[in-house]
Amino acid sequence: MSQEAAVFGETSPPGKSLYTPFNVIAGIILIVGFVITILRFTKGLGAVTNLDNNYPWGIWIGFDLMAGVALAAGGYVTSAAVYIFGMKRYHSAVRPAILTGFLGYALVVVALHYDVGRPWRLPYPFIMQQGTTSLLFEVAACVALYLTVLFIEFSTAPLEWLGLKRARSIVVRLTMVLTIFGVILSTLHQSSLGALFLLAPSKLHPLWYSSYLPVFFFVSSVIAGLSMVIFESTLSHRYFAHKMDETHLAEKEGVALGFGKAASLVLAGYFTIKVLGISMDNNWHLLGTGYGMWFLVELLGFIALPCFLYAVGVREKNLCLIKWTSGLTVLGIILNRLNVCLIAFNWHLPSDEKYFPHWMEIGISVFVVTAGIVVFRFIVTRMPILYEHPDYKDSH
Amino acid sequence: MSVSRRKFLGWLGAAGMGTAFGTSANAASNKHFTGYPDSMGILHDISLCVGCRSCEAACNKVNELPPPEKPFDDKSVLDKKRRTTASVHTVVNKYDNAEGTKGPVFVKTQCNHCLEPACASACFVKAFAKTKEGPVSYDPSVCVGCRYCMVACPFNIPTYEYDSAFSPRVMKCTMCHSRIIQGRLPGCVESCPKEALTFGKREDLLRIARERIRKHPERYVDHIYGEHEMGGTSWLYLSNTSFASIGMREDLGTTAAPNLTAGALGAVPLVVGLWPVLLTGVYAMSKRKEKIAKEEEAQAVGDAVAATKAEGEEKLSAALAKAGKDKDSAIKREVKKALEEAAKAQKEEAAEAKTEEDA
Ligand code: SF4
Ligand code: SF4
Ligand code: SF4
Repeated sequence: MSQEAAVFGETSPPGKSLYTPFNVIAGIILIVGFVITILRFTKGLGAVTNLDNNYPWGIWIGFDLMAGVALAAGGYVTSAAVYIFGMKRYHSAVRPAILTGFLGYALVVVALHYDVGRPWRLPYPFIMQQGTTSLLFEVAACVALYLTVLFIEFSTAPLEWLGLKRARSIVVRLTMVLTIFGVILSTLHQSSLGALFLLAPSKLHPLWYSSYLPVFFFVSSVIAGLSMVIFESTLSHRYFAHKMDETHLAEKEGVALGFGKAASLVLAGYFTIKVLGISMDNNWHLLGTGYGMWFLVELLGFIALPCFLYAVGVREKNLCLIKWTSGLTVLGIILNRLNVCLIAFNWHLPSDEKYFPHWMEIGISVFVVTAGIVVFRFIVTRMPILYEHPDYKDSH
Repeated sequence: MSVSRRKFLGWLGAAGMGTAFGTSANAASNKHFTGYPDSMGILHDISLCVGCRSCEAACNKVNELPPPEKPFDDKSVLDKKRRTTASVHTVVNKYDNAEGTKGPVFVKTQCNHCLEPACASACFVKAFAKTKEGPVSYDPSVCVGCRYCMVACPFNIPTYEYDSAFSPRVMKCTMCHSRIIQGRLPGCVESCPKEALTFGKREDLLRIARERIRKHPERYVDHIYGEHEMGGTSWLYLSNTSFASIGMREDLGTTAAPNLTAGALGAVPLVVGLWPVLLTGVYAMSKRKEKIAKEEEAQAVGDAVAATKAEGEEKLSAALAKAGKDKDSAIKREVKKALEEAAKAQKEEAAEAKTEEDA
């Protein structure tokens, strides 16, 4: 706790109490998470999860891995837009997006250590035997490589902070290569996460199962990335406005409008291919069932609706609407991943055999997200993320 | 119509991600695999099974599994549908209302030892392997515990030791691989009092099964479960009732697991090969656009400066001209004023002179 106190302490102005609501809540969550962590690693998965032989994957995969990776897509989407497509006017959005991406992936890897049975063997697929027939191998390899890429991309901020100019200039020169590498790796693993379920046609409900699963996952990751950038910049603006420089503040609206417009377009495309998916497998009759209703909730409420709202928001330059829509879209992506991984998975099973997470599983997920926010706060209040370092202005 | 639409959608998919490349990638990498030639299998004749659970007891013994909660001769266990667990490799289930049968039907369930196992194709450390003898083996010394194999198995067979903190393993029937290699029968087969289980070469078992159906068409459903399901399995089943009514899925199809993901895997080299080219192209284009924009900007600035200059000059000359005019009129005004004053003065002088004369 004392170390946490130090972390929080530095962010509060001197003389102010440490016991701000944020610090207290975050502190409690971290302590509870710490206790569950000890239980998990001394008593095994059975002690803290509701996983069973029918449901080998729970929310640590459905939420932490599947949704986490999708929501961390802001990094590659933004850097591709700025460095490859030359949309320089969004430049100030790159650093926060890369930071969120990096933290997101780092946390995914942390969460995986909780989920797999023998986490110390996570390097085995690379050093012992390569299961190249497995899409999970591809996911693992790409996530590991991409985490490294994100780390290098992000490293310019701490290097500036520490005043290491030479190292920084080397990294900056690599920007293009890193960006292209990031896009390739992201395309591969975002789509492969969906492709994981191609192996289970008999377990995943036909409305969600499709040979286009990889395409669905990739396209929706772009949507998630765009929406997360808007969503996160809203939150950052509320809490860290004093850290933002003029460029950032000036470009912020443009980012929301531009990304909102892009998200609306991609959502429209996503909606179309989803509908094509149903007609290709001729699954229309399934829409009348209970699962069909649920599918329609996702399709209409979390894909069609945000698509429309974004379009309206952009046309009327209604930033407030765009912000709320970004939140709705993010929820929709999370819902989609939970549907594929848990809710529509094992749809044949009677409802009493279906999985519902143990409170300690939820506890760890909340713990991981909280840890992410605390680290984000630590970095943003110290390093040049929301503003440009005075020594390196105009150097990009 | 539907064929061409399908094709069209296929191309769409290929353009997006390359799922449709399944067929070509397939042709290149996955030969049609029908199993190792002399591999062994087990035929389970469901119509002969009496639900005595001897096989469960034998399996528990030969695999040295933990003792069961209720003894193996306790028939009440059969009242509830069970599945394999971390300490139970095989279970016998009872179905009371199976289609077209009088008494209950008993079915033994365990790993089917697929010819092209989904679990093996899912595992990212190759912990599973189809052995040439027939069994699908598992190597706990490399297993990471991701449990993707459990997600992948279409028969819901593998289980996990969730309660072990330090050495959890995936557990499933081994088909008694070690015994087979020694030339002994699998534990369950050896113990079955009704010969509902037959061990032998898969080829021979298929022949036996066909023969039984031919001889007793009134007793058997005309289908050997496992001959083609999911690409074929080493365990085969004969039944006196429809498989669907005794908990065996008939909608699994005949596509072997590796073929389900071949398309997605085949797309990898495509993405790796094409993306850099495409992205660099886009980058070059946007760079060029930027350059043109810059040039245009420079041009525009130049023009603007020139325009301002010209405008300025014009203004200046106009101002000068105006100033000149102003000057002229001022002079004229002054002159006029001066003249007027002079005239006035003259008049006054004259008037003065007159008064002087008058006086
Ligand atoms: S039945 Fe399941 S566990 Fe057994 S070999 Fe087939 S896929 Fe693997
Ligand atoms: S749990 Fe083990 S055997 Fe199963 S896929 Fe993962 S690493 Fe392979
Ligand atoms: S083959 Fe061996 S491991 Fe499999 S069910 Fe029979 S006795 Fe058990």
